[in-house]
Amino acid sequence: MSDSDSSTGMSRRQLLRHTAWFGAAVVLTVTGGEVISHIGGTPAPAVAAQDLRALRFVQISDSHLGFHGPANTDVTGSFSHAINQVNGLGFRPDFVMHTGDLTHLSTAAQFDQVSQMLRGLRTGAVFTVPGEHDSVDDHGQKYRARFGAGTRGEGWYSFDVKGVHVIALVNTLTLEKLGHLGADQLDFIRKDVAGLSSDTPIVVFSHIPLFAMYPTWGWGTDDAAQALSYLGKFASVTCLNGHVHQLFTKTEGNVTFYSATTTAYPLPHPGVGPGPIPVTLPAGQLGAALGIRDVSYQPGQHALAIRNLRLTDRGPA
Amino acid sequence: MRLYSTRLVIAAASAAAGVAIVAGCGGGPTNAEAAPAPGPVMPGMASIPEAPVATNVVSIENFAYSPAIATIKAGTTVTWTNRDQDPHTVTAMSGPFHSPVLNTGQSFRHTFTAPGRFDYLCTIHPFMTATVVVTT
Repeated sequence: MSDSDSSTGMSRRQLLRHTAWFGAAVVLTVTGGEVISHIGGTPAPAVAAQDLRALRFVQISDSHLGFHGPANTDVTGSFSHAINQVNGLGFRPDFVMHTGDLTHLSTAAQFDQVSQMLRGLRTGAVFTVPGEHDSVDDHGQKYRARFGAGTRGEGWYSFDVKGVHVIALVNTLTLEKLGHLGADQLDFIRKDVAGLSSDTPIVVFSHIPLFAMYPTWGWGTDDAAQALSYLGKFASVTCLNGHVHQLFTKTEGNVTFYSATTTAYPLPHPGVGPGPIPVTLPAGQLGAALGIRDVSYQPGQHALAIRNLRLTDRGPA
Repeated sequence: MRLYSTRLVIAAASAAAGVAIVAGCGGGPTNAEAAPAPGPVMPGMASIPEAPVATNVVSIENFAYSPAIATIKAGTTVTWTNRDQDPHTVTAMSGPFHSPVLNTGQSFRHTFTAPGRFDYLCTIHPFMTATVVVTT
């Protein structure tokens, strides 16, 4: 993470008291090209711009700077466009989280480029978790040199902001078929949430999904069930991941999982074709497959609102 | 208290079946090359074991090593070539060889001097696994 010690009012254990938080139904609606999912039976709450208690953050993912291929011949341009879209949301997000695969091959030049570009985000703080493409051949050393300040273990961390407890996990470092958290990180999670009240909303970020989206392609985390067991007492747990380059959502008990799309190139739907091979879309369709996500939470509204915004106003390079 | 709408139940069932429910809302990518949906593919379904092939040439294509099991005599050099858009590696699980990142068209060679069974994977996509069997 970087710029995390900012004056955004974000601090550990800043637990704003709020009324009951209900995990509830996820509903997907489409409005003007946006896929909006919200929790609860009521429309997504319009978070008042002037409500300083409201939490707003943005998730971006899988930028793959350094990728060269027909699926996207200008990943830098697409990422730049995504950053501009964040900056044009009409509000200043409390933070922006990049959920990994910042780079394609973990080279120093690619890390330089992504660091420079992330500095263009107008937000209170920028956080990251690594993808497997950010730890090629070095177990994440170059990644942590850039983004590891203030993190624990091999790059995991947590923080509190406006009543929400945020946990950022690393599940891309071990040579397992699936994502893997490991004993040290599981212990961190257990201790991290031990003192929290059960009505604290929990948001968990990871690169690889914490649910079994498609294990044949490695789209799952082999010890996620243990991690989620530590979160069982909480009324609402929201897990946000990247890696799969497509939108997807699933609810299991108190936990709702949201896979994000990418700013680089789409991948096939689970099981379609021989592997997670970059998909080259017909001319003019790439932008609609790419996007950003914003999330808001307003104490007292009993609802977490998630909007997935497409990069529709930019065609492929 | 937890409220589930009917739509959620449908969505959850679709998700369990491995169907990308969001795609129908226009948010997901469409796969231009997608053929009509194949038969049901269960996540985690074991693949059929492939027969060993006597060869010292392994292709990396469509996120798989081909052949998955290559058999050679001790002293033979094996050549792997990446034919995918994505980068891959050839990394022995027990350590004796470890390629650099292979970009499209790049090759890696390793000479096997001792007999044995050598399992390897791609460190970027560790679900990709294969084996070299070295005989005397």
